[in-house]
Amino acid sequence: MADGAARLREAFAAAERPLLVPYMMGGFPTLGASRDVARALGAHADILEIGIAFSDPLADGPTVQAAGQVALDAGVVPDDVIALAGDVRDGPPVVLMTCLNLVMAGPPERFMRAAADAGVAGLIVSDLPCDEGDDVRAAARQAGVAMISLVAPTTTDERLADVAKVAEGFVYCVSVTGVTGGAVSVDDDLAAFVARVKRAIPLPVVVGFGVQTPEHAAAIGRFADGVVVGSQLVRAIERDGLDAAAGLAGAMAAALRGDGN
Amino acid sequence: MTTIAQRFGPYGGRYVPETVIPALDEFAAAYDAARDDPAFRAELAGLLRDYVGRPTPLYRAERLEAEYQAGPIYLKREDLCHTGAHKINNAIGQVLIARRMGKRRIIAETGAGQHGVATATAAALFGMECVVFMGRTDMRRQRLNVIRMNMLGAEVRPVDAGSGTLKQATSEAIRDWVTHVRDTHYVIGSAVGPAPYPEIVAELQSVIGIESRAQVMDAEGRLPGTVVACVGGGSNAIGMFRGFLGDGGVALVGVEAAGTGISSGLHGASLGEGSPGVLHGSLSYLLQTPEGQVAEAHSISAGLDYPGVGPEHSHLRDAGRVRYVSATDDEALEAFGALCRTQGIIPALESSHALAAVAREGRAWGTKGPILVCLSGRGDKDVDQAAEAMGIDG
Ligand SMILES: Cc1ncc(COP(=O)(O)O)c(C=O)c1O
Repeated sequence: MADGAARLREAFAAAERPLLVPYMMGGFPTLGASRDVARALGAHADILEIGIAFSDPLADGPTVQAAGQVALDAGVVPDDVIALAGDVRDGPPVVLMTCLNLVMAGPPERFMRAAADAGVAGLIVSDLPCDEGDDVRAAARQAGVAMISLVAPTTTDERLADVAKVAEGFVYCVSVTGVTGGAVSVDDDLAAFVARVKRAIPLPVVVGFGVQTPEHAAAIGRFADGVVVGSQLVRAIERDGLDAAAGLAGAMAAALRGDGN
Repeated sequence: MTTIAQRFGPYGGRYVPETVIPALDEFAAAYDAARDDPAFRAELAGLLRDYVGRPTPLYRAERLEAEYQAGPIYLKREDLCHTGAHKINNAIGQVLIARRMGKRRIIAETGAGQHGVATATAAALFGMECVVFMGRTDMRRQRLNVIRMNMLGAEVRPVDAGSGTLKQATSEAIRDWVTHVRDTHYVIGSAVGPAPYPEIVAELQSVIGIESRAQVMDAEGRLPGTVVACVGGGSNAIGMFRGFLGDGGVALVGVEAAGTGISSGLHGASLGEGSPGVLHGSLSYLLQTPEGQVAEAHSISAGLDYPGVGPEHSHLRDAGRVRYVSATDDEALEAFGALCRTQGIIPALESSHALAAVAREGRAWGTKGPILVCLSGRGDKDVDQAAEAMGIDG
């Protein structure tokens, strides 16, 4: 089975600029349309992040929650989203993002095997801190799916050392103390936080939550290895349609390349 | 490392976003220190005595015994606590800890509104800002408590998602906490959530069981044969059971909401009908779909209308130490009416579920010794809803 962590490492090694990691909600606006979303965003992506909607997300702001509710109301199940990932496996590496209970209900062995079979490279579980979930991590390792760890501005150096022991693929730095969908302030604190994470964990560091504009992306790209853009793309799809969202992703990618700077 | 229990058998844990993990560590450390601090213990004990009104009475309900042909039946009168339910035991303790941690803002979720009122009360007492998250449906059916919270200076934030009940209110409270974790303490209202909450809430509520054990011994010269409590998240039940877990001869019974009947699928019986899963930060029994989406619970009682349950109850269930049964909306309403008529006590609809189990099984239990019921709260908040269900005109 393909080694997800290795494929993610290659993505970072191959890129000549900080990576763009667009986020989309699987099954939004519809399951069929989300295939088009995956392809359109994937065209600008170095890694594509696909969410699996959960009934009670703890880290999602109103925009992602609402998109997830649309998917849930339409009856989208985790296997649908895994199948979606499989459909776009010829594109950039896919990481799935979800909440623990959906993985546990899988159960983990089956969930990870299905994900790996669909070509999924990694998994982000927003409510699984580094000191929990040995069974889930073991199942992921067995299947070759990288378990990507989240760290927050509140994470102490002591805990970063613990995260370093289990982190795979890349580290996801949550830019703000909060849920998705706000606006990041790209300042010295954020740069210092990313530097602190880089000292503690020998993996590429990607920053997400609240990245809304190409300017945000460019500024973060100066000190991080990549950015995740989520709520803003979901909003764009909802308000202005897929072309507009793809346009925003393209502008973000250009900004990360340094075009127009 | 904290000495506070993180798990109960396999259940419990801390399944939350990394952002709040340091706050959980801080809370555990603060509670650890407070627990060993005589000044804290004296302050808490003083407030429980002079402000909450503890110890609450143990009352023998003789006319209810005649009605149910069972007995003796003792009621632990948590309904006589200040604010009208056991929830204040926990809220006062947690707000004291929050103050020690230097937090200025308090948030809480509430279902029946009793925990919201208790937290708003404690926040008023200590001059802290308080925001309570409450589902839209619950705001309607527990309107009196919404008014009380407002009077106490708390902001009640409606939660419109889903069924507008306790599950959504709790999710919203956790999301607020993730955002304001540096200056905010989240006062969880039941023995649920990530560690250290379930253990801390159980310890703060264990005063119910400790007092009850001594009071029954005083009255009867023996232990109760059966101890029964309703189970929503499970805080009044675990508080009561903690007094008796070491007494192998005492049968412990937890009563979940059977809603319109277990077979209808509309109920809140997580321990009876659910399976292990993760909701709101801990691993415990859960009502869920085969794919792991959390199901909606249903109960006439807002405080029992929750698809999860505290992790210690899951462990006690598996270990067979506590037997968990359920009572329907109709059975609870009948027991509600019976206590009103026979004893002049209007119980909370939550507590009425515990009484309903006595109505059904009390005669058999009576042969094993006294029956002790946790009367977790009073029913003032429920009169509109109960009157409507019972066809009583105002
Ligand atoms: C009077 C009363 N009893 C019981 C409950 C259920 O909670 P728990 O199971 O945590 O005691 C509530 C919750 O609102 C309540 O108000």
